[in-house]
Amino acid sequence: MIFARRSHSVLPGFNVALGITLLYLSLIVLIPLSAALFKTFTLTWDAFVAHVTAPRVLASLRLSFGAALIAAAINAVFGLLVAWVLVRYPFPGRRVVDALVDLPFALPTAVAGIALTAIYAPNGWLGKPLLESFDLKVAFTPLGILVALTFIGLPFVVRTVQPVLEDLERELEEAAQSLGASHAQTFARVILPTLAPALLTGFALAFARAVGEYGSVIFIAGNMPMVSEIAPLMIITKLEQYDYAGATSVAVVMLAASFALLLAINLLQWWSRRYAESDA
Amino acid sequence: MAAVLDLPMSVVRPRARRVAGVPVALVGIALAYLTLFLFLPLFAVFFEALRKGWGVYAAAVADADAWAAIRLTLLAAAIAVPANLVFGVAAAWAIAKFDFPGKSVLITLIDLPFSVSPVVSGLIYVLVFGLQGWFGPALADHGVKVIFAVPGIVLATIFVTFPFIARELIPLMQAQGREEEEAAVLLGANAWHLLWRVTLPNVKWGLLYGVILCNARAMGEFGAVSVVSGHVRGLTNTLPLHIEILYNEYQFAGAFACASLLAILALVTLVLKTWVESRVARETVI
Repeated sequence: MIFARRSHSVLPGFNVALGITLLYLSLIVLIPLSAALFKTFTLTWDAFVAHVTAPRVLASLRLSFGAALIAAAINAVFGLLVAWVLVRYPFPGRRVVDALVDLPFALPTAVAGIALTAIYAPNGWLGKPLLESFDLKVAFTPLGILVALTFIGLPFVVRTVQPVLEDLERELEEAAQSLGASHAQTFARVILPTLAPALLTGFALAFARAVGEYGSVIFIAGNMPMVSEIAPLMIITKLEQYDYAGATSVAVVMLAASFALLLAINLLQWWSRRYAESDA
Repeated sequence: MAAVLDLPMSVVRPRARRVAGVPVALVGIALAYLTLFLFLPLFAVFFEALRKGWGVYAAAVADADAWAAIRLTLLAAAIAVPANLVFGVAAAWAIAKFDFPGKSVLITLIDLPFSVSPVVSGLIYVLVFGLQGWFGPALADHGVKVIFAVPGIVLATIFVTFPFIARELIPLMQAQGREEEEAAVLLGANAWHLLWRVTLPNVKWGLLYGVILCNARAMGEFGAVSVVSGHVRGLTNTLPLHIEILYNEYQFAGAFACASLLAILALVTLVLKTWVESRVARETVI
């Protein structure tokens, strides 16, 4: 049936278009990515495990995944709040704020990195009072990494939740409240379940982006081995020492995580589409 | 708002009055969060750039190495954006206008570069074209240098911006269906007419949207380009890499001056993006 449909199409250009697509996809994405896998296959399993479980590598992977998880959680909470405020409350300057939410998408990561470092460094605008009043060092510690990852993940939850919130039927909330539900109950029982798929998708997208992030982090991290060295930096460090096998081993672990996350995000989006359709 | 007035006052009013402070508090918290993580960093870029005055700023921007970096950044974007544009139109045409097995796998593969760490994106090109890589030695015999040279930078830029235009066009062209194109073919249009007169005019805003975002990322990419660049001043430094070098040499004013150029690019990107979105909203209303 699928083939029959294609051969019946009156539109021209299928072979050319698909040919260009597959050729370009192979040359730019698939062949280079498979190079990483082939490079790993030249290693024995034991050597691969030894590379990946070296204490310094493990520490960097733990840091990248842990900090990304916390940053995504922060963004899930505050991203939901920002989306809610942007959709529900007209306040002066709302359109400007709405447009600026995408800043982390548009601002190059290196620029974000040095700007955040300037603010949170021990002599910075916020770094200095935080250090003097609370003895809290932000830049050049894992906390600084968290700040950078929160910055770059900020738009994801807002942008996935916002459209769902806009389509939310106010009648449902009014019905819940006229049946005696409090604001907290309405939010927890009526609004949150509807937003859950979008919220989780945003969380997963923010997490996936943060795990691999490099540019905004390295300026603020301090990059101390075992303490504030992220996994992407570990790859660069190994490359600079011409340890291609070691660098590729870490990269393959990160690639596996990316693929797993991509799969999870696709499933989540499929779920939220079904959710939206069953709603309608 | 009008609907509220129609409701019986006794039901709506007390509840509304009881939570009157909540919206203000929520807006306050949201703005505080955004200030801390968005507005303050943006402001800091321009503040630090001008801290030592316009003279230092102008000198940093007019520096020969800075200009070389700007030229290379523009070159990489000037190659990457059109390449991904042609690919995006071709991919969207095949996926949206035809049925074939494996389509959803293809869509997932197109999205792949978004979920790969920028550093890994650079590394895979080193493994293919580096001196230790598959084609590196053969290319070196012919005097072609890809890694630690401009071609590697262009390739890495193409990789990280690969999905931008395609993923903008695919859902748009799927939503528009095939009827208009099929009618045009029955009226005798050839493939070229179809593309220029029917399909592209229909998706022009989505296309522009994708190009704007693709360009912003192409000019600002750091991690992937950093791996393949080799950091040769005046030769293989893009603007983001030039910023890193200045920053690491404690030339903060210069680093922030160059960073402010990219921050302006980001703001222009956001303005254009908002403008395109408002155009789309207006056209869908009509």
